[in-house]
Amino acid sequence: MKLVNTETIPGHPILEVKGLVQGSTVRAKHVGRDIAASFKNLVGGELKGYTELLIESRREATERMIGQARELGANAVVNVRFATSSVTTGAAELYAYGTAVVVS
Amino acid sequence: MSDIIELLINLGFFAFLLGLGYFVGSAVEKKHLAHLTKREAELKDIAVSNLRTLPPNWTATDARLVAGVCVIATDYFKTIASSLRNLFGGRVRSLETLVERSRRQAVIRMLEEARAAGANVVWNVRIDTMTIGNTKGKPSAVEVLASGTAFRVE
Repeated sequence: MKLVNTETIPGHPILEVKGLVQGSTVRAKHVGRDIAASFKNLVGGELKGYTELLIESRREATERMIGQARELGANAVVNVRFATSSVTTGAAELYAYGTAVVVS
Repeated sequence: MSDIIELLINLGFFAFLLGLGYFVGSAVEKKHLAHLTKREAELKDIAVSNLRTLPPNWTATDARLVAGVCVIATDYFKTIASSLRNLFGGRVRSLETLVERSRRQAVIRMLEEARAAGANVVWNVRIDTMTIGNTKGKPSAVEVLASGTAFRVE
């Protein structure tokens, strides 16, 4: 499965468009991480726990999108976009979407 | 009398947090900015653009999606400084550097992923920003997600 966020893949012309595929995940922050983060809010600096949380979320959302693309019989997803939103305080949604295609 | 002592203790605690935020916060920020400049110089040979298509005379191979994430917290001084700014309006410089650091770090992580994959070009870069852990409408952390397509161009 090829994933790109450009509209075409150089050297691999698109043979067939299978349609829009998407994957999303909502992750809540961990209480321990929350407490650590509130201390970090005094002195500033990177919130490593949250960075990891978002990396996991992105992977999960991408996996779900790939799953949908597989079901449609695609072998690539082009024009992939990520969107994020905070659903409630303490929870973050990560949403990945793209166009499933068959490339040569 | 006890009221005055209580007030002084509260003021002292506030001043301590403000001082801690200011001194530790600026030290962390300075160190991080120096680290960013160094990493950016090391990754300078990767061509980066937010153009959607590659120049037609380039032959690119090994297309793959790369992404980088960074979450950076505000410090106590920045929180107070920005809420004071909210009274008068204008540029909030202390938060500008915060957003800048998050963006640069996220782009660097994206480029590191591209380099690990053996790519020398990252095209169609998109940068998404949001704030998480909002308390009373004030941002407590800035989260940035940078994504792009990495290619190998000969």
